[in-house]
Amino acid sequence: MAKQETILDVRDLSVRFRTREGVVRAVDGVDLSVRKGEILGVVGESGCGKSVTAQAIMRLLGDARTEEVTGRVVLDGEELLTKTEKEMTRLRGRKLAMIFQDPMTSLNPVFTVGAQIAEGPRWHERLSRKAAGRRSVEMLEMVGIPSPAERAKQYPHEFSGGMRQRAVVGMALSGRPDLLIADEPTTALDVTIQSQILDLLRDLRDRTGAGMIFITHDMGVVAQLCDRVAVMYAGSIVEEAPVKELFKNPRHPYSQGLLASLPVLGSHARLRPIEGRPPDLMRLPAGCRFADRCPFAFEKCVQRPPLMPAGPEHRSACWLEEEKKDD
Amino acid sequence: MTDFFFRFRQNRLALVGLIVILLYAVLAVAAPWAAPHDPYAMSAEAMLAEPGRDYWLGADPFGRDIFSRVLYGARLSLMVGAIAAGIALVAGTIMGMAAGYFGRWTDAVLSRIMDVLFSFPDILLALVIMAILGPSTVNVMIAIGIVYTPIFARIARASTLSVKEADFVEAAKSMGARPMAILWRHILPNIAAPLIIQTTLSFAFAILAEAALSFLGLGVEPDAPSWGIMLNEGKNWMEQAWWVAVIPGVAITLAVLSFNVLGDGLRDALDPKLRSKGA
Repeated sequence: MAKQETILDVRDLSVRFRTREGVVRAVDGVDLSVRKGEILGVVGESGCGKSVTAQAIMRLLGDARTEEVTGRVVLDGEELLTKTEKEMTRLRGRKLAMIFQDPMTSLNPVFTVGAQIAEGPRWHERLSRKAAGRRSVEMLEMVGIPSPAERAKQYPHEFSGGMRQRAVVGMALSGRPDLLIADEPTTALDVTIQSQILDLLRDLRDRTGAGMIFITHDMGVVAQLCDRVAVMYAGSIVEEAPVKELFKNPRHPYSQGLLASLPVLGSHARLRPIEGRPPDLMRLPAGCRFADRCPFAFEKCVQRPPLMPAGPEHRSACWLEEEKKDD
Repeated sequence: MTDFFFRFRQNRLALVGLIVILLYAVLAVAAPWAAPHDPYAMSAEAMLAEPGRDYWLGADPFGRDIFSRVLYGARLSLMVGAIAAGIALVAGTIMGMAAGYFGRWTDAVLSRIMDVLFSFPDILLALVIMAILGPSTVNVMIAIGIVYTPIFARIARASTLSVKEADFVEAAKSMGARPMAILWRHILPNIAAPLIIQTTLSFAFAILAEAALSFLGLGVEPDAPSWGIMLNEGKNWMEQAWWVAVIPGVAITLAVLSFNVLGDGLRDALDPKLRSKGA
């Protein structure tokens, strides 16, 4: 699916939070693109800006007084960042939708699951109560919930965690969005259920052709699900590559560190953690943000490296790429 | 929901409160048939009649049957209580939810108005409003409604603030829910419990406030069978005819007490976390 049409194009997206202590640069110049029917994994450790990026794309960041979002987010030819809240309301759920981390809290306890899935179609497509009800049963069936008609009449507390996350996926897809953003949708689930949800997402991608951004901190999940990966560190993307390429040939020292810190089945070698801590987002260094922790840091790293080509469809934000090219 | 009924049934006192209130309600509705006398009919012979066969709970200085007047008084009290608590519930909830959800200047303006209303003692504020509007049953309801609005607004605001951060609200937003849909469908049902509890408690306050305003002569029309007015008339005859004052007093006390224990029982049943240790 190399030559597919681009559905989402994010350019130079930055999010700054103004706090009492200073300005936090949560996301700083992120470029992303997602093609139709593609699953882009966004990996990185806690606080690296993955979720904030997702919220910025959805325009769900709350308060314009304290949050400053700049850059461009183009979904299917439409610029989202200049849209009014009213226009965004019409797009959310129809063109782009989101799945949240915790299925236990992302359903409203006072409504039946069916009624909640039916909400989107009722708002966006002005479906009647009956037609929307049929849609919600359809969606539950699509996400693999047995006896969907009965299940639609039940309340969230009657669903198990995995079933709830399926229902949440069904809700997100009820408006047939072009782009689905999943923010760590399997983190709160146990491993077997996690794997079922990943299979479900892959299957739904194949059937609906929607583009997907999958946010996670779990490299194993990325390997299992994604087509392409973007590695985030301290608010920026440091490497981007097709998933196989990244695992086989990680170029950025941070990605190398991430992969080296994964346990390998059957191996007794000690895991190698990445030394040090990510930089304070309020006092970011001028140069490469990983330089402090990087075993290969050299003089050039006081300047900030842009994403540089590192192979076919492979880009890495590290001066080592330039060194290699010069050789 | 089944948990709720189970927990509620376990609270005997609240159950008794509910039964007393239902009894009041039945008597209030049935007053035209249940009352042995016309509550307005005066009679010289019956003046200050002792409780007995003709006048079960005695008669007042104008010879009006106290039992009949207490029944009609229940009508008035429950109506004033229901409508005043209703006004406060609706107005307070709307303002509180708006303040909590939209924040910023909406919150600043509404919360300051509520703070100002809160800073007056209840009865004083009601008296001022009654003095402006003039005594009438409708005005009593409006005045008491305004006085108790800030309590509901504060409860609704605080609950909205916590519920609006819930994941399911964020999820609804991400599905394209408009603010009205979020407030009405996602927030209101989840903040209903504290509001229901406050409504029962306000019911009691409203009955008391109506009696107090009427006692002071700034309540309902002076010939209306209000418990407060009866109490006021009775206080001058305490030494000759205790029943004229004591009967309406007991009626007020019993009603207010019942609503209070019902409110406490509802709170314990709806929100076990708030449960008082003694219960």
